[in-house]
Amino acid sequence: MSSLATEPAAPPASVSSPPRPRRRRRLPTVPWLLLSASILILGVLTGYPVVRMLVMSFQEYERAQVMGMPAEWVGFDNYTAILTDSAFWAVLGRSILFMLVAVVLTMVLGTLIALLMMRLGKGLRLLVSVGLLLAWSMPPLSSTTIWGWIFDTQYGLVNNLLTRFTGERWFGHSWLLDPLGFFTILTFIIVWGAIPFVAFTMYAGLSQIPGEVLEAAQLDGAGAFARFRLVMLPYVRTIVTVLVVLSMIWDLKVFPQVYALQDIGGDRQKTNTIGVYIYQMGMGQGHFGTASAIAFVFVAIMLLLSIYYVRRTMKEEEL
Amino acid sequence: MSTTRVAVRRSPARRAKDAGWGLVAVLVFCLFVFPVYWMLNTSFLPNNRIRGEEISFFPTPDVFTLDNYRSAMFSQERAPFGPAVLNSLSATFLTLLVCLVVGFVASIALTRFSFKGRRTFLVLILVIQMIPGEAMIISLFRIIDGWALINTIFGLSLVYVAGVLPFTIWTLRGFVAGVPKELEQAAMIDGCSPAGAFWRVTFPLLAPGLVATGIFAFINAWNEFIMALVIMQRPETMTLTLWLRTFLMVTQATNWGAVMAAAVLVAIPAVIFFLIVQGRMSGGLVAGAVKG
Repeated sequence: MSSLATEPAAPPASVSSPPRPRRRRRLPTVPWLLLSASILILGVLTGYPVVRMLVMSFQEYERAQVMGMPAEWVGFDNYTAILTDSAFWAVLGRSILFMLVAVVLTMVLGTLIALLMMRLGKGLRLLVSVGLLLAWSMPPLSSTTIWGWIFDTQYGLVNNLLTRFTGERWFGHSWLLDPLGFFTILTFIIVWGAIPFVAFTMYAGLSQIPGEVLEAAQLDGAGAFARFRLVMLPYVRTIVTVLVVLSMIWDLKVFPQVYALQDIGGDRQKTNTIGVYIYQMGMGQGHFGTASAIAFVFVAIMLLLSIYYVRRTMKEEEL
Repeated sequence: MSTTRVAVRRSPARRAKDAGWGLVAVLVFCLFVFPVYWMLNTSFLPNNRIRGEEISFFPTPDVFTLDNYRSAMFSQERAPFGPAVLNSLSATFLTLLVCLVVGFVASIALTRFSFKGRRTFLVLILVIQMIPGEAMIISLFRIIDGWALINTIFGLSLVYVAGVLPFTIWTLRGFVAGVPKELEQAAMIDGCSPAGAFWRVTFPLLAPGLVATGIFAFINAWNEFIMALVIMQRPETMTLTLWLRTFLMVTQATNWGAVMAAAVLVAIPAVIFFLIVQGRMSGGLVAGAVKG
């Protein structure tokens, strides 16, 4: 701990000379030693699995190989198999379509709520914040069960209210069985949980815009929409882009919500998204090789999507 | 509300507009809170109120019951609650501890030293965070299975650590960099060794950052579902999220009262911890991002 214990001669010297000018430039072994545990963990538990995934994607790897049969190299067979499989394209298209709808809804509604928060007094703003925080903090699985219950076939609130107000009997109507209904409920779950992050971040960004600028625009006769589009948006353009990229990534890999909704009562074949598809292909049906090929395609898509985010963060942090 | 003070100067039209926005605000609040309220409401209602064509909007004292919680926690038909709590807590705290220690040490290397490869390491950490865990389940399952660690807390924690560590390093690095080096240098002028200066000056200032990062790690591991689904395959090794899922799989009519009680039980720790650290969640993205 104390310098006296380690370097008896140091104190007098350091008093006279300025704080050890070049002594901090140590041998690079110290930082690497400090990083060694992280490198070990990430190497074994992230690096190796990626390599393993890549290797398996070029092998015939089924249940028999799990039992100990040697895995045979099959070249690009797994890749040609998935790329010519219409089921794979259906899953991919479905995932991307869902992602686009969810991202647009999240961004638009989140931004509107941020703009609303700018107009509110302290008290009401706190009220809105409390509501947002509560939704944000819900574990994904808990929120999925809640929405599942609200749309329940037999006694769900939605069917109950519809019966009351339309005069028709809605009890027994299953929302989840129809893929469109399934994805509507999934959108509710995801967007409800994702708006708070977007709203808070947009609010934090928008409230940093100098008030004079907005006032000047108003004096020049700019309406509310023109002020938003021509003044506010350029200020927060980078924030918007990052939020869009992050939302795209998060909504594309949605898993627990889909999986749990399928448990409650969805048609798995018609509602799989890419993450759940990988799980079923591998863990469910034992096609580990094919699943690895899909997983690798998935990783490639995600990394492509995140290039902008990574580059911007590097610039931001002055790496 | 503070508007009353200012309202004197405002025109009636303006006041009407403010009231309109206030109404929208209350509506937004209700929309976001409603599902949570509905979960709590259902969890305290008896079965005959849940499964009826009457809608009960509040568990009034004459119908209020804790039966759903009793059923969720002690029913013999489902996976046991106690072990699930214990499994979740063990995996979560093991993850948290390893991530904080390993991540903290790494963050010192990344902020207090300049060396070749530092930038590469940081970029790698950033890129690793973009690899979806959903894609890794197959190979991780094969690897953990190969080490005979399926159905063990240790195996699950290993996977969690790998998932949470990059984020921990990244966040802690920010916190450590936030403490000016000059403070340490001042301590060194006063006779501290470099290590002593770090422990006595910088470390105490990092406590809030360590707590916040630890809580993030906690929430991540606590809410985790996919890896647990792959690695914990026996009823007695389930974590709480897997336990909650078993409520949905029952083939006969779902007991929604018990499900909502279970959902509340899973959510409580996550919500409490989240509210403690929420202030730090959205700040990071904005700092310096507005074009000035």
